[in-house]
Amino acid sequence: MPENQLFAKFQSVTKKSLLVGFALFVGIQLQANKVVSAEHAIEAHEVNAHANEEHENAHQQDHGTITPDQVNAHAESEQNNAHGKAQAHEKEGFDAGKMIFEHIGDAHDWHLWGEGEHAVSIPLPVILYTESGGLTVFSSSNFHHGHAAYNGFVLHEGKVTWEDANKTESIYDFSITKNVLAMLIATLVLLLIVISMAKHYTSNQGKAPKGFYNLVEPLILFLRDDIAKPSIGHKADKFMPLLLSIFFFIFINNIFGLIPIFPGGANVTGNIAITLVLALVVFVTVTINGNKYYWKHIFMPDVPGFMYIIIIPIEILGVILKPFVLMLRLFANITAGHIIILGFFSLIFIFGAMSPGLGYLVSPLSVAFTVFMSMLEMLVAFLQAFVFTLLSAIYIGMAVEEHHH
Amino acid sequence: MQLVTPAIGLVFWMLVTFVIVLTILKKFAWKPILSSIKEREDTISNALNQAEQAKNEMARLHGENEQLLAQARSERDAMMKEAREMKEKIVGDAKTTAEEEAKKLIARANDEINKQKLAAMDELKKEIAHFSVQIAEKLVADKLENSEAQQKLIATYLSDLNNKAQA
Repeated sequence: MPENQLFAKFQSVTKKSLLVGFALFVGIQLQANKVVSAEHAIEAHEVNAHANEEHENAHQQDHGTITPDQVNAHAESEQNNAHGKAQAHEKEGFDAGKMIFEHIGDAHDWHLWGEGEHAVSIPLPVILYTESGGLTVFSSSNFHHGHAAYNGFVLHEGKVTWEDANKTESIYDFSITKNVLAMLIATLVLLLIVISMAKHYTSNQGKAPKGFYNLVEPLILFLRDDIAKPSIGHKADKFMPLLLSIFFFIFINNIFGLIPIFPGGANVTGNIAITLVLALVVFVTVTINGNKYYWKHIFMPDVPGFMYIIIIPIEILGVILKPFVLMLRLFANITAGHIIILGFFSLIFIFGAMSPGLGYLVSPLSVAFTVFMSMLEMLVAFLQAFVFTLLSAIYIGMAVEEHHH
Repeated sequence: MQLVTPAIGLVFWMLVTFVIVLTILKKFAWKPILSSIKEREDTISNALNQAEQAKNEMARLHGENEQLLAQARSERDAMMKEAREMKEKIVGDAKTTAEEEAKKLIARANDEINKQKLAAMDELKKEIAHFSVQIAEKLVADKLENSEAQQKLIATYLSDLNNKAQA
């Protein structure tokens, strides 16, 4: 790839990172908000505790006259009450930070609508592994949205922990969470699209593509001719399946993340675990395919011997930093996009908490900004998939480049 | 902090999913798609090359045709010229032959005419001599008393006759 072209591409990436910086700033602000509202949470806890006491009392009074089922129902209703009170309390100061972080984080159930105990959500399987108990599989509905314990486990702030707070044994959580399910759905859609495309191509050998495939083929050609070939050179064909898979995987998950309702809305590519694995795949590919020039450049660079002390650690750091930066860039960009959109929506509720009229006044503005951001995020969905693939291709290109001295 | 801490479960599922997706797509999607795109590109570039070749061939054939046409035209011109020359030659030959023949005929006719004339002269001379004799007989019979005069007369006549004959 010609130097200037590469430069232009990086420049656009830099512009993008400015936006991300802004987004992270907004995120930090919201985080700060969260800290401020922590006291509200504490108060809510107190209310909860109070509710539990009441429950105990009720239980003692009615002892022996009601069935355990009724007790349960009673307990639940009591908890509802407590929760309702807590929520009433929370509503006074709408906690935007909490709401946003709940939305961009992972969850053990797929929340559809409603709040607290009335929330309607799709329960997802919880798969836990502990050394003492082995493998445990149950539905997340058993947690009653974090209000009940099951099998000695409780759901605390989205994480499965021991009901007994003193227990320190580590829990390995392999649950099919919201992100896992969203990723599986998006992946399934991707597989359907691409495999049907492959079928179409093999059965219509040599003919022009039709319909939807006309949309996909330019992307494939773009990846091959403008990313892989200029970056990797004549070995590009070998890495095309990987680059295409990475690109389309990121792209479809980004797009699904922008759909606000099921099966979209999950912040898959904005989750560091996902980007970590993607970056790891690139890192492994680069390391496996690195030729002698690549390794020589790291461990025996063309500098005077005494410089090795400085250069070699820097080079090794560079090897690790490249995938690390890949991981962070995608995670930060997508998360930032989600935070901004959620932030705009939060404005409605923040102002609404001050006075309902103000909330109604702000909402058209928020919606307008959200529409604008969604448009921008669609561009970002493509751009980040493109940047990730481009940089992966460049790293691979560096590793397989032949030097003729 | 939870935001930037990768959850082990998600890492595990993502790794499993991505490796499976990569394997499936590589085998059942990208390879057939890329190869058929490549094939199509080759087909198109081949077709374009062939079209170019056909165009060149056409141009070559066209040139050849032009050349053939020009050759045919010049050949025709040459033939026409030859034919015209031939015609002129034939006509000329015929003319000379006819002229010669005519001359011969005229000469023969002249000869014949001369012959006939001479024959006619001879005849005439004979006739005249005969008439003269007859006239002379009559004259002699009438005027034979004067012999001298007669002799003179006869001599005159004869010399006249001779002169006429010579003329």
